[in-house]
Amino acid sequence: MTTTIEEIDNFDSKAYLDMELLRFSTAGSVDDGKSTLIGRLLYDSKSIFQDQMDAIEAASAKRGEEYVNLALLTDGLRAEREQGITIDVAYRYFSTPKRKFIIADTPGHIQYTRNMVTGASTANLAIILVDARKGIIEQTYRHSYIASLLQIPHIIVCINKMDLVEWDEKTFNRIVNDYKAFASKLDIKDVHFLPISALAGDNVVNRSENMDWYQGPTLMYLLETIHIGSDLNHIDARFPVQYVIRPMKNEYHDFRGYAGRIAGGVFRVGDKVKALPSGFSSKIKSIVTMDGDLQEAFAPQSVTITLEDEIDISRGDMLVRENNMPQVEQEFDVMLCWMNEKKMVPRGKYILRHTSRECKCIVKETKYKLNINTLQRLEDDLELGLNDIGRVTIRTTVPLFFDSYRKNRNTGSIILVDESTNETVAAGMIV
Amino acid sequence: MIDYHLNHLKELEAESIYVLREVAAQFENPCLLFSGGKDSIVVLHLALKAFYPASVPFTLLHVDTGHNFQEALDYRDNLVKKHGLRLLVASVQEAIDKGLVREEKGYSASRNALQTIPLLEAIEKNKFDCAMGGARRDEEKARAKERFFSHRDEFGQWDPKNQRPELWNIFNGRKHVGEHFRVFPISNWTEMDVWQYIYQEQIEMPSLYFSHKRKVFERDGVWYAASEFIQNKPTEVIEERVVRFRTVGDITCTGAVFSEASTLEDIIQEVAASRTTERGTRADDKRSEAAMEDRKKAGYF
Ligand SMILES: Nc1nc2c(ncn2[C@@H]2O[C@H](COP(=O)(O)OP(=O)(O)O)[C@@H](O)[C@H]2O)c(=O)[nH]1
Ligand SMILES: [Mg+2]
Repeated sequence: MTTTIEEIDNFDSKAYLDMELLRFSTAGSVDDGKSTLIGRLLYDSKSIFQDQMDAIEAASAKRGEEYVNLALLTDGLRAEREQGITIDVAYRYFSTPKRKFIIADTPGHIQYTRNMVTGASTANLAIILVDARKGIIEQTYRHSYIASLLQIPHIIVCINKMDLVEWDEKTFNRIVNDYKAFASKLDIKDVHFLPISALAGDNVVNRSENMDWYQGPTLMYLLETIHIGSDLNHIDARFPVQYVIRPMKNEYHDFRGYAGRIAGGVFRVGDKVKALPSGFSSKIKSIVTMDGDLQEAFAPQSVTITLEDEIDISRGDMLVRENNMPQVEQEFDVMLCWMNEKKMVPRGKYILRHTSRECKCIVKETKYKLNINTLQRLEDDLELGLNDIGRVTIRTTVPLFFDSYRKNRNTGSIILVDESTNETVAAGMIV
Repeated sequence: MIDYHLNHLKELEAESIYVLREVAAQFENPCLLFSGGKDSIVVLHLALKAFYPASVPFTLLHVDTGHNFQEALDYRDNLVKKHGLRLLVASVQEAIDKGLVREEKGYSASRNALQTIPLLEAIEKNKFDCAMGGARRDEEKARAKERFFSHRDEFGQWDPKNQRPELWNIFNGRKHVGEHFRVFPISNWTEMDVWQYIYQEQIEMPSLYFSHKRKVFERDGVWYAASEFIQNKPTEVIEERVVRFRTVGDITCTGAVFSEASTLEDIIQEVAASRTTERGTRADDKRSEAAMEDRKKAGYF
C-alpha cells in the first residue's frame, strides 16, 4: 500500500486553500444515466479510489453484471443495492483545482419526492437529466418544479444519450424548446442546456468530437465557473441567535456574546441593530472569533456578536438592522411538502422550527394541493399525504421574524415536527 | 459591490461550528467522542472556536479498546490538560472483565466491534443525550447516507430506512426519554479537507501521523504495527520500516502506509496522490460489503 508521490501533477496546496464550495443535486428518472454521469465526474476528476473501484468491481461481478456498475458507488445501503435503486439521498464529494463539490444524489421516483426536496434544500445548482430519445417527460416537469420551488439558483439541463440519437442537433434543439416553453411558467433564474453522453463522456469533462454544432461549455467547465457569489442574500441583515456565550472566567467576567450563523446580509462593528422580539436597540460592540475580532461579518459566517448595551436576548431571538426589518407575523402562507406516512391532520397542531426558533403552530387552512406533474392546482382534494405539496396557512403561538423564501432561503424556511413522534413531518417555504 | 464569499474551508468551518452550537443549545448533556484520531481532533478544535471565549460545554468520551498507540494516549492527555477539558474513558477491557462482551479469538481478533457495548453503557450511565463524532460522509458508503443529527432509539440503534429528513440547516433533535442522538459536525468534510484545515490552522497532531520508523508486519496486504496485542502467525515476519498512519484507531486493525511524509505539507501531497481511501487501511471494514452499515445499526459510532 505504497503511495507514490510521482503521481501528483503539481498539486498546489495553497491554491487548494482558496477553493469555492458548490453544492449541487442531480435529478432524473430511472435509467436516464444519473449514476453514470456522477461516476464519470468522479472518475474523470480522479475522485474514485482504487479500493472503491475494486470493491464495486467485485460487487458487480458477484451480482452477475457484465459492466462495472458505477451506481454501486452511490447506492450505499444494503436495501438499495439489493433492489438496484436509490432510496435515500447520498452525498458524494469531489474536487477539481477550482472548486470543491458536494453532490446530493437523489432518487427520481415520485415516491421519493421528499428526498429530492431534501437534496435540493441546500443546493446551489441542480443537474436535470433528460434522455435524448424520450425528450421532456412528466418526471422532468416534477424535477424542475421542485428545483424552482426550492429556489435552486442555477439549473443545468443535460440532454443525455446523444450517442443514441446520432448526435442530432435538431433533436437537441427540439428538447430545449420544449423545456423553455414549460419552464417559462416556473420561477427559474438561470438555466443552461448541454448535449452530452455520460457513457462516452462527450461534453462532460471533455469537449465532444461528435457534436461540432455545439459551441457551448462542457458540464465540468460550467460547474467550475458558474458564478455563485451572489446566491446568498447579502443585503438584508439577519442574525438568528443560536446560543448565548457567557464564559465563567474572571478575565471575561462581563462578557455576554450572541453566537450564531449570519442568515443574511452583512453586520459591521458600530451598526445600529434591533433585537427581535423585544424591539430594543443597541450597537454592535464587537464581532468575536477565536482567530481575532472582525470588523464585519456576512452570511454564512458563524460568529459571536457583543452589543454596547445589556439587553435581554436569548436563543430564538434575531438581530436585524433598524432600517431593514423582516416580516413579524403570527399567520402566513407556506408551500408545504409533506414528508411523513401519517397524513397531515387538517387544523392539526405541530411544532414549528424556523431558524433557531421553536414554537407550536396550527395548520389553519389548506388552500390547494398541487399536482406536481402538471402543476395543476387541486382545490377539491386538499388532503396532504406523503410526498404531496400544497399551499397552507399556518398560525403560530408566537410571532416569527421571517422573509419570503424567495428573498432568503435561511429565514424563509420552516419544518414541522410531530409532537407525539418527534419526527420531522413537513418542510415549508414561506410564500 | 463587494463580492462576499468564503473559501470552502471557511464555509465548512462555519457549517460545523453552527452544528456544534445547535448541539449545545438542543441537548442537556452532550458528549464528544474523542479517539485521538485526526477527525476528532478537528472536531475538538472547531468546538474550541464555537464557544470561544467560553470553555467547551461538552464532556469528552474516549471509548478505549485497551489496544492503543501510546502516542495517541499521550496526545489525548496533553490536550485535555491544555484546554481544561473533562474526559471520561469507557473501557472495552472492563466490559470484557464484567462479561458484558466476549473477546474475539484468533489471529484476526479485533476489539473494534466490541466498542459498541461500552459506548452505549457510558451513554446510559452518564445520561448523555447526544454523542458527537468525527465521522465523515466520504469515508464509507453507509456513512454517505448519514444525517448530521442522527436519531438512535432506546437501544442505541440506527434505522437507516427511517431517517428523519434533514432540510436546509434546521436540525431536529427532539426525542423521547431514553433515546439519544449521534451528531456528526464534519459530515461534509473529506480526508483532504481535514488535512488542509489542520495545515491552515496549524493544529498540533500526534506523531503517529508523520513518517517514523516502526516494527511492522504484513497480513492480507495490509501492514500493521507489531504489538503485544496482536498474535502473529508463524509466517509473519516483523520488520522495521518507515511508515505513518492515515487513521488512528485500535492498534490491531489500523494499517500503516510506507511513507516519507514528515510535514503537514508532505501529507497533503500524499493524500492528493493517493489511490486508496483511508478506510482501505482498516481491517474492520473489509469483513463484508455491509460491515459498516451493520455495525452502525447496532449502535456503533
Ligand atoms: N448509450 C448510452 N447509454 C447510457 C448513457 N448514459 C447512461 N447510459 C446507460 O443507461 C443505463 C442507465 O444508466 P444509470 O446511470 O444507471 O441511470 P440512473 O438510473 O439514472 O442512475 C445504463 O445501462 C447506462 O450504461 C449514454 O450517454 N449513452
Ligand atoms: Mg442511479
